[in-house]
Amino acid sequence: MEKYLTGLLGWIDERFPLTANWKAHLSEYYAPKNFNFWYYFGSLAMLVLVLQIVTGIFLTMHYKPDAELAFASVEYIMRDVSWGWLIRYMHSTGSSMFFVVVYLHMLRGMLYGSYRNPRELLWLFGVGIFLCLMGEAFFGYLLPWGQMSYWGAQVIINLFTSIPFIGPDISLWVRGDYTVSDATLNRFFAFHVAALPLVLLGLVAAHIIALHEVGSNNPDGVEIKKLKDPKTHIPLDGIPFHPYYTVKDIVGVAVFLIVFSAILFFAPEMGGYFLEANNFIPADSLKTPPHIAPVWYFTPYYSILRAVPPILNSQFPGVAAMGLSVMVFALLPWLDRSPVKSIRYRGNQYKVWLALFVISFLVLGYLGTEPTNVWGQFSGSWAEHLDIKERATWAARLFTLVYFLFFVLMPWYSKIDKTKPVPERVTG
Amino acid sequence: MANQQVNQGKRRFLIAATTAVGGAAAVAVAVPFVISMMPSERAKAAGAPVEQDISKIEPGSMITVEWRGKPVWIVSLTPEMASLLAKHNDKLSDPMLDVVTQQPDYCKNTTRSIRPNLVVMVGICTHLGCSPSPKLQAGSDMGADWPGGFYCPCHGSKFDLTGRVFKGSPAPINLEVPRYKYLSDTLLLIGQDDKGVA
Repeated sequence: MEKYLTGLLGWIDERFPLTANWKAHLSEYYAPKNFNFWYYFGSLAMLVLVLQIVTGIFLTMHYKPDAELAFASVEYIMRDVSWGWLIRYMHSTGSSMFFVVVYLHMLRGMLYGSYRNPRELLWLFGVGIFLCLMGEAFFGYLLPWGQMSYWGAQVIINLFTSIPFIGPDISLWVRGDYTVSDATLNRFFAFHVAALPLVLLGLVAAHIIALHEVGSNNPDGVEIKKLKDPKTHIPLDGIPFHPYYTVKDIVGVAVFLIVFSAILFFAPEMGGYFLEANNFIPADSLKTPPHIAPVWYFTPYYSILRAVPPILNSQFPGVAAMGLSVMVFALLPWLDRSPVKSIRYRGNQYKVWLALFVISFLVLGYLGTEPTNVWGQFSGSWAEHLDIKERATWAARLFTLVYFLFFVLMPWYSKIDKTKPVPERVTG
Repeated sequence: MANQQVNQGKRRFLIAATTAVGGAAAVAVAVPFVISMMPSERAKAAGAPVEQDISKIEPGSMITVEWRGKPVWIVSLTPEMASLLAKHNDKLSDPMLDVVTQQPDYCKNTTRSIRPNLVVMVGICTHLGCSPSPKLQAGSDMGADWPGGFYCPCHGSKFDLTGRVFKGSPAPINLEVPRYKYLSDTLLLIGQDDKGVA
């Protein structure tokens, strides 16, 4: 038997580099031996990607991208299609979990300086994946054609209107109609199920090829390729990805699936954070729901959009700030001037700034889910001079400032920060 | 053949020419795809002007008409409502309609309308396109100094009964007044005036 299998493999290898690829990316890809908890999220993101693609394919078998039929077809999936509810909830829970995993994956990169030389391009591919994912989430959210789908899309497409001069024409072009309509739904379906998944898969491939070219970073931020065994040329601190990390990742997958199933079976709507109550009402173009908030993963950026006041009778500054708050991650490799990569060897300045950034992100995220009057209004005679009296709006302005200062001031505080000596080899 | 001198200049010229012509062709072929995403002829036809009978609107109330998928409000002002309009100019961003033109020239007046008792405007907030809720009566749940108008539930923008935006709203400019004209005493045409279609 083995003779025949070896013979088959040999036959394939002469025609396609199967063994060579297996070795290059798995059995002889040497990853640092000190990966910790934070290193689960890359493989988990891959898992969720596969989950979204598979569940998505099965949803398209029953879904109808038509303004007259879309809402009912989703309810049909939920009520009449055998196990349809499971597939739909897997897809909707998967989208939220995708962002949980990707945000943690990004934070890992920021903790250990994984975006630094030589991994800038790897990071940029990652930012591309993040943008693509946001697009997928946005286009996909219109498809159930509920009130929140409709008005969320309306609000976001109207953002383009504020771009000087060409704005109104751009939003007309995106919608394909004077308002969000059947034409918009149909094209969003095309983007969601065909265009963006293709781009996403290409970017993921590029992300992994770049990773395996430069090698993985690690919690110490030291380059394991610097010290190799003189005979085998294998990094002294490297272990083959397979079987060591494939097995480790299976543990992560098991824990992740427990959490995922708990949400899926017990709280698929997550109290309105994963699926909003208003989205169980069919879209109505003449009636805005009383409170519009995006799904939780967009709320930090939405808060920034709301926090920036109109300038010169234009809301474009807010839109620009929101766009910038997403794009600014791409600049990290060039903003960080620290001599060390990992937070383990950085000084207090970076640690404090990173903590402030994470707090800002979380508070902005919370505020974005709530109406602007959630914390009441400032009162007293001094408050009479404020253009806006809502406490939450001022809090959002403050945290928006901190969010951007983290990036803007990074070239200075990362450079003057007192660092600790970095060891030659990875620590435990 | 092998010893022949390579003509580098000719080679560069051919590369440049092929790139330029090929690039132009790629751009040209992209045009139909980009334009295909603009509103179709059917969508344009559905966006044609709409007629509305206005004889049955009670003073102090409003109706909503759909035009191009957008809510268009027709508000019938009572004399009391109209009398309150001039009293809160200091609280508005653009009370005199000078900053950003949001209405046809024939509506640049105190009630932003052709007939002083009938205000027509697009009920889409100029902030991010939600549809504000009518709070037509003075006072009520909007506070004692509320003169009557519209409140946007999304981000809290406030407008008066003629769609002028209050200071401190996230909405930067007044609500849009569409082109419209009266076909008869009781018939209104929204989306078209004597100068043409919007």
